[in-house]
Amino acid sequence: MAIKAEHEMHKRRFSRNVGLGIVLVGFVALVYGLTVAKVSELYQPEASSEANQ
Amino acid sequence: MTDASIQSTKTDTGEAGFGDYFALLKPRVMSLVVFTALVGLLVAPVGVNPVVGLASILFIAVGGGASGALNMWWDADIDRKMKRTLTRPIPSGKVEEGEAFAIGITLSVMAVVMLGLAANLMAAALLAFTIFFYVVIYTMWLKRWTPQNIVIGGAAGAFPPMIGWAVATGGISIESVLMFALTFAWTPPHFWALALFTKGDYANAGVPMLTVTHGRKTTRNHILGYTFALAAVAIALGLTSVGGPTYMVIALVLNAMFIKGAWDVFRRTDADSEADSHKAERGLFKLSLAYLFLHYGALLVEASLKPFGLGGWG
Repeated sequence: MAIKAEHEMHKRRFSRNVGLGIVLVGFVALVYGLTVAKVSELYQPEASSEANQ
Repeated sequence: MTDASIQSTKTDTGEAGFGDYFALLKPRVMSLVVFTALVGLLVAPVGVNPVVGLASILFIAVGGGASGALNMWWDADIDRKMKRTLTRPIPSGKVEEGEAFAIGITLSVMAVVMLGLAANLMAAALLAFTIFFYVVIYTMWLKRWTPQNIVIGGAAGAFPPMIGWAVATGGISIESVLMFALTFAWTPPHFWALALFTKGDYANAGVPMLTVTHGRKTTRNHILGYTFALAAVAIALGLTSVGGPTYMVIALVLNAMFIKGAWDVFRRTDADSEADSHKAERGLFKLSLAYLFLHYGALLVEASLKPFGLGGWG
């Protein structure tokens, strides 16, 4: 029979791991979003100057 | 060994849950940081890309939270002596001091670097200075040394709208300095009103609070003095480009109420205060909460009316 140890400690560790996972995924998504925003801004002045010409 | 004792032993060995680490960042303080920084950003005359704005506010919040973690690391000894702070992650044994220090330093550096990349160097420099000011100048140096600690600590909490403004404009101006001054001048009457009706245990912890070092009468005098300074700042802010008629009406009403409240507190003796369970002091404290929220809210209203040609002084 397999040993099954479910304890408050395991729940805490699990919550820590899940929390950290969510934070890391959120951080990656944020940096991706920032990159897209920054690159879009970078090309905006050229696009507008082209439109003026 | 009973189940209960196992439970408490395990809880005290640093097996913290995610929420315990989050509590290190002082979420309630962070909410004020987020709100005032957001107002600073939104009332600025320069528009910001929404993603850049969201990320910047998040990094300002993380920076503020990181300084809270470093504050808890340094103040762990006094937090263990005060009832109010006994349940914090370090005194309760859930998080170790070293962990709080590591989290605080890591998040501080990350927040400053990321804000510099997301927004600009001025905003990052202001955030770095805020963290340095709160942790080194306030927490490590002046908090345990001078009864003016609340005044100095208030400066750290007053920087976020300036940082928000810097995110949008890349600089500092009279508007952002006056937003800083508003929170700065608001903090002493807010905290001293609270100190007058709570039986604080700062004295046991060796932290010099004005009510203990100079007495409650002097504290009442100080509250009134700072309230006049606060009113002057609030009205001056209304005369700048971020103010307008709506803000001015709200500011005039709130400052008249606040001066009246501070005057009532000033005129009372401790016997009067004890007799009605500190009614005036409690009232002033409650009003102070609404005061700051409504002033910044009024600035937001002015900014949101501008696209329709209604906000500001025309």
